Amino acid sequence: MAPRASRLTRRRIDPARVLDSLSDPGAGALVLFLGTVRDTGEAGAVEGMEYEAYGEMAERALARVEERVRRLWPGVKGVRVVHRVGRLAVGDVSVAVAVSAPHRAEAFEACRDAIETIKEEATIWKRERTPDGRSVWVEGRSLERRRRRRA
Amino acid sequence: MVSVAIRVKVLYFAQAREAAGTGKEEVSLSEGSRVSDLVAASGKAHPGLQAMSRVVRLAVNAEVSGEGRVLEEGDTVAFLPPVAGG
Repeated sequence: MAPRASRLTRRRIDPARVLDSLSDPGAGALVLFLGTVRDTGEAGAVEGMEYEAYGEMAERALARVEERVRRLWPGVKGVRVVHRVGRLAVGDVSVAVAVSAPHRAEAFEACRDAIETIKEEATIWKRERTPDGRSVWVEGRSLERRRRRRA
Repeated sequence: MVSVAIRVKVLYFAQAREAAGTGKEEVSLSEGSRVSDLVAASGKAHPGLQAMSRVVRLAVNAEVSGEGRVLEEGDTVAFLPPVAGG
């Protein structure tokens, strides 16, 4: 298999580049989901977010998310997930998921499934930076010991 | 019987890193030790970890693992608090 760009990055995510990698003449639909840093969170006002990851494991989880989409929606033409780590400001893109498919229904479904699976399975953590200088971990979900969602 | 020691690398992430006061360390265990033995040793060395033991999952060599797994020399064990990507 050809080597491909890492799915975990410290650099700014460029949605246009994510989309470029998915153009396919057989696609009639291209769905792009962007997760962005919000200005309010569990502790009130938020100035930014810090993401950290267990890189080796998170890369594998993100690769598995793409494999899962291809398995569950065989018609999908292309799927790409990218997650950012490091210090992000309000409005910055933290995660991008793009799916191209012949028709919109499977593109939307697959994209939704991918982002939900990322949230459940990628070993990534984040904390909010508040204007008064505090850092507050965002409550997460325990990793499943065994995968219970349809695989 | 001679007790043989193995060394494993331990990684702590997010809240577990803060509770442990470090992101990584090496730990010596007797041969045949399981993940659960390491969890006990880490909890003893870093009592803050004990409070999160119910929600923390363990990985061995970057794959989620049960606590019954027997560890081997050179394994990397990671403490993974509930994840919050996205």
